[in-house]
Amino acid sequence: MSILEIVIFSLVKILVLVTVMLLTVSYLVYFERRISAWAQNRLGPNRVGWEGVLQPFADVFKLLLKEDIVPTVANKKIHALAPILALFVAFTTYAVIPFGPNATIFGYNVPLVVADVNIGILYVLALTSLGVYAITFAGWSSGSKYSLLGGIRSSAQMISYEISMGFSIGGVLLLSSSLRPEAIVAGQAGWMWNAIVQPIGFITFLVSAFAETNRLPFDLPEAEPELVGGFHTEYSSMKFAGFFLAEYANMIVAAGLIVTLYLGGWQFPYLETFGLSQTWYVIISVLTFISKEILVLFFFLWVRWSLPRFRYDQLMNLGWKVMFPLSLINIIWVAALIMIFKI
Amino acid sequence: MAEKRRLKDLTFWEKIYIPEILKGLKLTLENMFKPKFTMQYPEEKFIPTGSYRGRPVLAQEENGEERCVACGLCSRVCPALAIEVQAAETEREKERYPEKFEINMIRCIFCGFCEEVCPEEAILMSKDYELAFSNREDAIYGKDKLLTPVSQLQDRIEFLRQYK
Repeated sequence: MSILEIVIFSLVKILVLVTVMLLTVSYLVYFERRISAWAQNRLGPNRVGWEGVLQPFADVFKLLLKEDIVPTVANKKIHALAPILALFVAFTTYAVIPFGPNATIFGYNVPLVVADVNIGILYVLALTSLGVYAITFAGWSSGSKYSLLGGIRSSAQMISYEISMGFSIGGVLLLSSSLRPEAIVAGQAGWMWNAIVQPIGFITFLVSAFAETNRLPFDLPEAEPELVGGFHTEYSSMKFAGFFLAEYANMIVAAGLIVTLYLGGWQFPYLETFGLSQTWYVIISVLTFISKEILVLFFFLWVRWSLPRFRYDQLMNLGWKVMFPLSLINIIWVAALIMIFKI
Repeated sequence: MAEKRRLKDLTFWEKIYIPEILKGLKLTLENMFKPKFTMQYPEEKFIPTGSYRGRPVLAQEENGEERCVACGLCSRVCPALAIEVQAAETEREKERYPEKFEINMIRCIFCGFCEEVCPEEAILMSKDYELAFSNREDAIYGKDKLLTPVSQLQDRIEFLRQYK
């Protein structure tokens, strides 16, 4: 492939991925509302369009029409920068998550990932830590005590959970001995999913992912009863929508990471032994990835409407005294597996 | 530091959270498939039982006469001063009838005292709860809006006879 062709294919992939992500985000919001309603024996939004499927668009139009309020004491530049940064981080992280095997399109061999980088996991870790800045900036620049508290909480929480997240990924990296997401997926062929091989690491990563995405039971940065709206108290209109989008886009990224690192990525167990043609193999693999992702996203929503929020000290306790040692134990476990079975 | 004792200490399985979390998840999942309580209001309306205190109405006999004898007790007992009655005489058996009977629905608090105090079972609380007006004049209900055939009020009359 020439440089031009690579650029064109990358642009097309980026365009498709961003569109799909935006649509998924809007329907994630819709399903969040429907599932919360179902869990509480209600119906949820079902008026706009068939069964309320146009509700997300109605929400977006409403937010577009709202007045954009910037507090007089706010640091205007950083106040405007924060939602952009949040969105940037949320959308760019997805670039390294593979959603299918190499496909042959118009005679070209195209990897179904936007950027096949050999330090993909480092890239993910680097960008997700950047996400803290968005929230901290938002909290600090708003000039409101609630926002500031939300921002501080968020940074403390994210720093604490980044560690156990990093260590749980360590176990995965030990097994695959590569930082390339493609290689990690390839290492989980058949039922050798990392979730089965290293269940402790899976649980610590799952919990850290919840904490990283600020989802209940770890949504302390925006704890409504205590902090009004947390870090986005002083945001309105499309700036608020930016944070809202970023939160859900982060969820999609986290779900994608969970699927890639622990649930075998796009692989359908033993699909290559079924003797399917190349096209069908690719289609089924992509569908497998999508259905795994949807299941993990449903789990995110389901947990949100089942569990209460942690108290701040409980959160720190869990992060440092439970998750951190557990992820270390996981690394020892994986190392022992490698030593015994010479994988 | 001394160990804190609680009234109910958690067991080991409760301390490691995971079984309890799974219990909670199971509960919400079960609820997702249960029938919903929501009534889709404009299409599907709530039909109250006889014990419901909706808009107060005046009972109208089958021959078109009102039961009310314009004694004014309801107006007297009304804590919100919503009822205005003006009596007049007739040649009919009951001799008196309300020439003017007005309930200001902005003032009415649906306490049901008027119904309780009425000696003739003439003012009754109906099942009507859809009360919306666009101006204050519309909110004053005169005899034309208040008179309701007795046949429509049977539920309430039965309830009152049984429990009052």
